[in-house]
Amino acid sequence: MFDQLEFALEPGDGLILRGPNGSGKSSLLRLLAGLLRPSAGELRWAGGAFRADDPEHRARLHFVGHLDAGKANLTVRENLAFLAGLLGFAELREAALERFDLVALAELPVRYLSAGQKRRLALARLELAPRPLWLLDEPAVGLDATNRLHLEGLIADHRAAGGLCIVATHGDVSLPDALVLDFGGAAA
Amino acid sequence: MIRSLLALLHRDLRLAFRHGAETLLGAIFFALALALFPLGVGASADILARIGAGVIWVLALFAVLLTLERLYQSDYEDGSLELMVLAPVPLELLVFGKCLAHWLTSGLLLVVMSPLLALLMSLPAEAYWVLPAALLLGTPTLTLIGSIGAALLVGSRRGSALTALLVLPLYIPVLIFGVSAVDGYLLGLGGGAQLTILGAMLLFALALAPPATAAALRVALE
Repeated sequence: MFDQLEFALEPGDGLILRGPNGSGKSSLLRLLAGLLRPSAGELRWAGGAFRADDPEHRARLHFVGHLDAGKANLTVRENLAFLAGLLGFAELREAALERFDLVALAELPVRYLSAGQKRRLALARLELAPRPLWLLDEPAVGLDATNRLHLEGLIADHRAAGGLCIVATHGDVSLPDALVLDFGGAAA
Repeated sequence: MIRSLLALLHRDLRLAFRHGAETLLGAIFFALALALFPLGVGASADILARIGAGVIWVLALFAVLLTLERLYQSDYEDGSLELMVLAPVPLELLVFGKCLAHWLTSGLLLVVMSPLLALLMSLPAEAYWVLPAALLLGTPTLTLIGSIGAALLVGSRRGSALTALLVLPLYIPVLIFGVSAVDGYLLGLGGGAQLTILGAMLLFALALAPPATAAALRVALE
């Protein structure tokens, strides 16, 4: 899909992936998350090469893809409590519900939520556990202006704390002083 | 690690409970189909007792097969599977949790119902413990083998029909030893060896199915 792609990020860096549909933004994110295997090349973390499907690597990233991963018949709180448990935490942090104004929706089954609300549920995952690497695939799709600001604030806090954030976006999320990787030319 | 497993188990059981009708589909099919046999072949106790063990086992196979599709398909469609693959615990462990939840809501129901169904098929009194014992050892194997098939075909259309084609041949050993264990006891020949073999198959499936399923699921997400 792409070759001769090389980049390095320092703690606190943001990287925006930009480019037309189908140019490989999502594939790069899935590759970095370990869902895809690179056919050539290598990934390094803090100087050491690692395999993308390494359990250690999985423990340092959050991946938010196109699918919101909410179970329609579970409430918002139950969905998040499951994810917290899956990530190894006994309790759900209330902050995860508060960041995207999900408190009022907490006891509602996910099947009653709008697309934007489901998106907020998916993004609330970022608050569940501290992870240094965030991989976000068009995170703002369906979000209203207020929640987009919440998201940008969350990313800013994360970067201020030394986290990395890689976002594929069509320009609806802005990351101050982020590097930009443009897939435009490689699309052909 | 155990916490992740418990979280998944808890979620799956809760979902199974909320989708009550769908969950009970296999068990209801099992009971209804079996109730047809005395009507179809006649109520003669001899004939029913002769074919009883075989019929119950074949229907148990189909009942488990009916519920296999829900094992991974909905997680694949809504993205939960991505989260499971990316969770910081071995996917094999989570697969084991999924299978356990599936068995508790399918195979275990069949085990509990089986003495009643033995009565319906006029099986001798001994069957009231042999049949549940054989099903207790056999149905988890059915779930585990089925899990590999369900994972291989996750995301494909007409998955359930293909899963049946793929998985049914692999169910044959369980069927053979399950039926012969029950028949052995009923004919007074003893079926301890067959039960032991069912147990061995369960251990084999426990060791083999989680890694095979996990590998299939990873490929499905690529």
